[in-house]
Amino acid sequence: MGVPRFWREIPYRYRLIGSYCEKCNETFFPPREICPRCRRSGNITDVKLEEEGEIFSYTIIRTAPPEFDVQTPYAIALIKLKNGPLIMSQLTDCEIDEVDIGKKVRMVFRKISEDGDAGIINYGYKFILAE
Amino acid sequence: MKKVAVIGVGMTRFGELWNSSLRSLTIEAGIKALSDAGVPGERVDALYTGCMSGDMFVKQGHIASLIADYGGLLPVPSTRVESACASGGLALRQGLMAIASGFANIVVVGGVEKMTDALGSQTTGYLASAADQEWESFNGATFPSLYALMARRHMYEYGTTEEQLSLIAVKNHHNGSLNPNAHFQFEVSLERVMNSTLVADPLRLFHCSPVSDGAACVVLASEEKAKEISDDPIWIIGSGQASGAIGIYDRDDICTIDATVNAGKSAYKMAGVTPKDIDFAEVHDCFTIAEIIDIEDLGFFKKGEGGKAVEEGITSLDGELPINSSGGLKAKGHPVGATGVAQVVEVVTQLRGKAGKRQIKDAEIGLTQNIGGSGGTAVVHIFSR
Repeated sequence: MGVPRFWREIPYRYRLIGSYCEKCNETFFPPREICPRCRRSGNITDVKLEEEGEIFSYTIIRTAPPEFDVQTPYAIALIKLKNGPLIMSQLTDCEIDEVDIGKKVRMVFRKISEDGDAGIINYGYKFILAE
Repeated sequence: MKKVAVIGVGMTRFGELWNSSLRSLTIEAGIKALSDAGVPGERVDALYTGCMSGDMFVKQGHIASLIADYGGLLPVPSTRVESACASGGLALRQGLMAIASGFANIVVVGGVEKMTDALGSQTTGYLASAADQEWESFNGATFPSLYALMARRHMYEYGTTEEQLSLIAVKNHHNGSLNPNAHFQFEVSLERVMNSTLVADPLRLFHCSPVSDGAACVVLASEEKAKEISDDPIWIIGSGQASGAIGIYDRDDICTIDATVNAGKSAYKMAGVTPKDIDFAEVHDCFTIAEIIDIEDLGFFKKGEGGKAVEEGITSLDGELPINSSGGLKAKGHPVGATGVAQVVEVVTQLRGKAGKRQIKDAEIGLTQNIGGSGGTAVVHIFSR
């Protein structure tokens, strides 16, 4: 991935900034410029999302693309954020047997992947079990 | 809208076809379809080819020109259609619209993917390009993992079991064992499926469709030309296409693929039929959970009851509503761009009564459903004798 592509996504990946439609009173992540419900009649603003939530669904990945190979097996979850939308994230710092639907999780800042030996290092959010 | 018929079908065998290239596969399927239709190349008005990612799998772009050229069809206008795994179904719809609008009278619709020239480790990444790259694949989500998330939730909400997920594979392998063009022409036991290696829990290797090479092709004609050329035209009576959120994270309900529901509604409405009128269907079982979700979303079974339907044998070849008589993506194979067209090849073959050992009795109305990605696109077509 090129540096500019990653750079422009930093606010969202590092600080969990989503979008909020003032008319529909709904939050979205990743950010959107047009509300999928009311299209352009609502005003969209940036919003800081809660860093806590619970597992809505999950899977343990055993076969991964090369850049994630070293991490296998790892858990991917859909997380329902507190007062917010569903977000897809890796779960980290946990035993894969402990992962289950309904468990509480919270966001942490982690390395996501590396573009080879000399490429940039991609950072962003992951979630850990909170209980 | 003008009536449109399928007057010829052809496909290559699906599988790991080391000796064939993207172009040779497409041409082989094309020649078979045009020979079947009895139409010489000079009568073809337009060409549509579904291909997900020749660009990545074999580094070939500009596929439309390649196929027209090596198909000996120059200077016929040729268009490549891409919508991930729904590329083939979408190519069919483009062909249908070209004739229905009066722009063309005879159209060739192909679908192809040459997947095994890429390394296995690269293939996982290429397929993940059908997901949201920045917000799904970036986090390490693979394609199987997206369907695994749906499967886990479906099990949680409706009590769908690993055994039901596995019985889909057993059924589709049985059907594939009767299909001489299938990638996997062998049966598998329930035990073998349930003990196969985990790919993305709860999905195991035998819950996943394979990486295949292959091509499929159909010839479409206007009513006038179909009646002139063909003794047994199969009519396209319904067509629906819908888009859904590209990311699974943005669905209201991950146990439903809204694009399928919406495409199905459009196709049923156009055909003037209901799900009860469908005698058999080819649905998009890229993972076995997908078949369960598909047959619910198409209105054949209530939400949450797709798993029971396979358990009770309703969707078996000799059941009330046979699903994936070809073996489906699971056993027939899944060369992604070819899949949507190959589904049509199967439905037409069944409606003509020429499906041999896997022939469905009294098949009058058949349906195809083709999904792109984890549900970002769906295409449904309904066919009748």
